[in-house]
Amino acid sequence: MNVENAIELKNIEMHFNMSKEKLESLKEYFLRLVTRKLMFEDFVALDNVSFNIKKGDVFGLVGLNGSGKSTMLKIISGILTPTKGTVETVGTIAPLIELGAGFDMDLTARENIYLNGSVLGYSKKFMDEKFDEIVEFSEMREFLDTPMKNYSSGMVARIGFAIATITKPDILIVDEILAVGDFHFQEKCEKRINEMINDDTTVIIVSHSIEQIERLCKHCAWLEKGKLKMIGDAQEVCTAYKNS
Amino acid sequence: MNKRNFFADLKKFAPLLYNLVSKDFKLKYRRSFLGVMWSILNPLFTMLVISTVFGALLKVQVKDFAAYYIVGWSLWNFFAESTTLSMSSVLSSAALIKKVYIPKYIFPLEKCLFSLVNFLFSLIAVVLVMCIQGVFEGFASFTFLLAPLPILYCLVFSIGFSLVLSALTVYFRDVMHLYSVVLTAWMYITPIIYPIEILQGHTLVETVVKCNPMYYMVDYFRQVVMYGTIPTLEHNIICIVIALCSLLLGCLIFSKAQKKFILHI
Repeated sequence: MNVENAIELKNIEMHFNMSKEKLESLKEYFLRLVTRKLMFEDFVALDNVSFNIKKGDVFGLVGLNGSGKSTMLKIISGILTPTKGTVETVGTIAPLIELGAGFDMDLTARENIYLNGSVLGYSKKFMDEKFDEIVEFSEMREFLDTPMKNYSSGMVARIGFAIATITKPDILIVDEILAVGDFHFQEKCEKRINEMINDDTTVIIVSHSIEQIERLCKHCAWLEKGKLKMIGDAQEVCTAYKNS
Repeated sequence: MNKRNFFADLKKFAPLLYNLVSKDFKLKYRRSFLGVMWSILNPLFTMLVISTVFGALLKVQVKDFAAYYIVGWSLWNFFAESTTLSMSSVLSSAALIKKVYIPKYIFPLEKCLFSLVNFLFSLIAVVLVMCIQGVFEGFASFTFLLAPLPILYCLVFSIGFSLVLSALTVYFRDVMHLYSVVLTAWMYITPIIYPIEILQGHTLVETVVKCNPMYYMVDYFRQVVMYGTIPTLEHNIICIVIALCSLLLGCLIFSKAQKKFILHI
């Protein structure tokens, strides 16, 4: 692996079995197996995609719905294992794929902060130190001991963002999350992401807001129907994408 | 793909394990007046019902039936609860698994540990019943100090079994419905409400019972806690082999199955 790269993707292919109906019972499975009707439709979500992302880069992914952007992010963050090809990453990865994944709505915010911290692999001691900072950033101090089921989605997202960005990860993955919260909080989020960018964190952003990609990213890749259509300077790719 | 080291993962996610157990524990008793007292009261009430039906009405011939029952039942219930909870643990954590990388064995493991905590609380009830009935052999001869051994064997056995179950459930939801029946049958081939002696003469049933891993665990537990006898070396080896085989099989099946979990949950 090249030392300059934070992420190396080689010939990534991702296939999904799109069974016509989802087989969820044993009886059905054996019946189909015996009658040889176990048919799957192969769906190729990513087709032979390879690219590298350099350390400290701010990398955008653009493409229409269903072009494989989120699949790509899931492969990079280790949630999905590609059918073919290799992924190599350096350092810690903080996924922001969906804010508040792993919150238990019956627990209070205070309990959820600790739970979510440990989901991301932080120790209790570390969370104790950072607790105030998280609460400060999310501006949710007065609701700390309220069960989260009584929160609005914006409030949940605030806490989620504050936890996910509490460390300076080596790689930060941002998927359409800047669309939550009020404009004041959005500004705050973008400011924090900018801080990380200046701090040598490699950032990968997926967004349908081309302006946001143009404003934040240095490099950009354009995916179309699972294939890499274009990669290079963010401005150039975005212009081409907009004109397509 | 980065090489994900099992032990490095376990160390990194130990706080998660702890937090999940404490979450389960908190949620179990939130909004109930007696709270954690239920962990002690529940076994006591079950014991009352069973010893009325089987001890007083059906007259099962066991000395100190209430104590005999609750000692066996508590360990059995630990196994039953941990496997039942683990079974659906991967499925019910789908939201998390789809969003963040977490080693998936955390979920069944967590349910087993949570059941262990419950079990430890129920031991208070066990000791209470034993004192009321005046069963002191285990304490007097200090063999109760060996009690962690059968608990450990049972825990390892449960973890292995849970790994298999939870992996199977992801692919076939039928397992969930089937397992409760299996558990009922399994409980009856484990000498919990009857002594093994009543099977004398029924060779077939006796063989079935002696092939039952839980029979050895429960018997071991009773010996050290109730009767003040030390189980033989052979008995220990049987338990260890059962536990390790279960764990090995569990790890094998689970690690093979987990790669495709995300496509099925």
